[in-house]
Amino acid sequence: MKYWREPLDLKDIRVPHGDIHVLLERCKGCGWCVEFCPRDVLEVSEEINSKGYHPPRAARPEACVGCGLCELLCPEFAIYVLEEEGEVVIL
Amino acid sequence: MVAETKREGLAQRPLRRAFETDGEPEGLDEEIHGRHPLDDMLRTDRLPHIWCPGCGLGTALTCFLSALRKSGLDLKKAAVVSGIGCTGRVAGYVKLDSFHTTHGRAIPFATGLKLGNPELAVIVFSGDGDLVTIGGNHFIHAARRNIDLTVICINNFNYGMTGGQVGATTPLGGVTTTSPYGNYEYPFNVSALAASSGAVYVARWTVLHARRLERSMMEALLKPGFSMVEVISPCPTGFGRRHKQREGLDTLRFYRENSIIDHDADLHRADIGLGGPLIEGNFVNIEKPTFLEQRAECLAKALQ
Amino acid sequence: MSDTNQSGPLSGEFFMQGDIACAEGALTAGCRFFGGYPITPATEVAQRMSERLPQVDGMYIQMEDEMASIGAVLGASWAGKKAMTATSGPGFSLMMENLGLGIMLETPCVLVNVQRGGPSTGLPTLTGQGDMMQARWGSHGDYAVIALAPSSPQELFDLTIHAFNLSERYRTPVLVMTDAEVGHMTEKVVIPPPQEIEIVERRKPTVGPEEYLPYHVEAGEWVSPMAVAGEGYHLHVTGLTHDERGYPATNDDSAQWPLVQRLISKIEENREDIIILEEEGDCPLEEVEVVVVSYGIAARTSLWPIQMARKEGINVGLLRLVTVWPFPDDRIRALAGRVKSFVVPEINMGQIVREVERCAAGGAEVFKVSHPGGGIHDPQQVLRVLRRAAGRDAEPGQLRAQGVPSQTLEAS
Repeated sequence: MKYWREPLDLKDIRVPHGDIHVLLERCKGCGWCVEFCPRDVLEVSEEINSKGYHPPRAARPEACVGCGLCELLCPEFAIYVLEEEGEVVIL
Repeated sequence: MVAETKREGLAQRPLRRAFETDGEPEGLDEEIHGRHPLDDMLRTDRLPHIWCPGCGLGTALTCFLSALRKSGLDLKKAAVVSGIGCTGRVAGYVKLDSFHTTHGRAIPFATGLKLGNPELAVIVFSGDGDLVTIGGNHFIHAARRNIDLTVICINNFNYGMTGGQVGATTPLGGVTTTSPYGNYEYPFNVSALAASSGAVYVARWTVLHARRLERSMMEALLKPGFSMVEVISPCPTGFGRRHKQREGLDTLRFYRENSIIDHDADLHRADIGLGGPLIEGNFVNIEKPTFLEQRAECLAKALQ
Repeated sequence: MSDTNQSGPLSGEFFMQGDIACAEGALTAGCRFFGGYPITPATEVAQRMSERLPQVDGMYIQMEDEMASIGAVLGASWAGKKAMTATSGPGFSLMMENLGLGIMLETPCVLVNVQRGGPSTGLPTLTGQGDMMQARWGSHGDYAVIALAPSSPQELFDLTIHAFNLSERYRTPVLVMTDAEVGHMTEKVVIPPPQEIEIVERRKPTVGPEEYLPYHVEAGEWVSPMAVAGEGYHLHVTGLTHDERGYPATNDDSAQWPLVQRLISKIEENREDIIILEEEGDCPLEEVEVVVVSYGIAARTSLWPIQMARKEGINVGLLRLVTVWPFPDDRIRALAGRVKSFVVPEINMGQIVREVERCAAGGAEVFKVSHPGGGIHDPQQVLRVLRRAAGRDAEPGQLRAQGVPSQTLEAS
């Protein structure tokens, strides 16, 4: 992110980090979490679950800020995110 | 051509199961079958649910359960009443007192439940076909009376469970199994119908706008009186695929391109057509004594 | 009617219209919810309930139609209240689907049908008994039903209480099949003090939410204890065929067999407890020539023809069906082997008579006395059939020769 002037409290800002959990067997491969993640964290994985769907995986887990949109959007109760400490790569 | 190539490509690669490992997997069971934060509000012995991949019902339910948790309402006193249809199956998945009743008649049942025990927080969770087509009469009367109910109306513009027939909310031109040449009937505007009938809280959101939907659901849960949230949801199997939206994802993309948030919209100009725009927002939030409040005031005077 | 202001059920002797007696019976039984819709000749029940329920801290609501009425009644029952609705033929037809839901969910409640002339809009202000078969078979699918038939305002009071008791004991909607004559006639009704009236309440669960199964029935029992909404049991009930947990079980017929069989058996196998009959005669019914089988107002209007027939020397007995469904198969079968014939006067074109024919199975002749509705039977019509049933359809001259008094002959 480009600032025209660096904010005075930049060192105090703590951007949260999210830890993504996917319940592989529940996924039905709708692709919504992958499409609408605002940080492009997820991608459709190569693996399949026992029903033949490709669950998502965190391709760029370091970028996750734990916003929880994937958790709210998922129709299958198959993904959730836990907030945890960690460095976030600020783009 | 592209599809062919893709298929070939996949066939060449060995199919790897998501959970195959060597040695003892640690924590793997959690990841395969796991526990979701909302699982304690779900009848997990009945998951996975019956809804199609790309159906918005799961999202609406997620938003609802999250809203219910955030509302602080006593879950032992929350009761969900549904009718018949895909949305009607919601009652079977929530770990609350839940009642799966007859087609169109969820609202009278919910009325009896609420008036039988006013401490209950009664939620009606049903579809557009069930609530405003066959159930239209009950819908407008409960709104008229301002019975303290929270009505979540999932609008997917067709009767989905039976394969996608035309309903009272199908847009003009909509192709369904019983309107094969395109629907030539004007549809209901569910939000306008609720507002005109006297509902004190009316909101419309698509499942894509999940955060706002969750927030509206919470407001509706806490609002005394007839509160209705219209949820615009994809139905790829019954409706979407007949309108160039073969997957739920295509419909969500359509919502992203075509929805306009306008809380002050004139509801009578906010009909939903096949091509959009799709106007959504928190349309109505007014104060009005509920049925029980009106009754108590009147009887107090009369029965001195 | 409008000067009663009592914070509880009534008690004492009253000169009361049938419909009012029905409402008061419900209140005495503990009914605290009425969801109804106006329809002649049942409107007075709703009117009385709208007036009295607020006095006793109950809830009256007039719903937008009869389907909503029975829907609200079921909902109130699942909230823990005793609930009732009252209607007539056209409304009864509308209620059929939700009656099925009530039966499937095993919901205690009472449905009063003050019958009138049909079919369709028919004769709104005049009596009929044309819904008796509909009471048994009106909803779709297989099930059993309990239906009571009062013959007087006093009985309408008593049987409404009894209907509530049966509904709570067997966890089923119970029908009170009365008619416009009984509903609109005014007669003496004696209401005993509350402590003298037996009131049955539904059984509640003895286990906690994690062990409770809404439709698990112990061996030797017929229904499960009933938890309701708001008690922390997070129960799920559905009109779909369900298993013990209350969850839909619709992938094959494995849950259908035990469920449907139990819904039918819980009533059919408990006939001894449920069926009430009134037998009247100069001797036990097994020894009479002709048995009049009737119910409701038609049983009452048979009393005079029976008296006249007895004066003519015909040995007639009366079997009054206070409970019409389940039908007393065994009693009819037992009598069919002994008596000469059955006569079934009813204000319809022959409905319960078919049950009598079925059970008599040729063991006795069965004569119907039909009436399309709109009035009560002409007693002479019934008397003529009684004579024919007794084999005495002779000309007046022959009757005089047999010693029948002239007064009786002139009356016919």
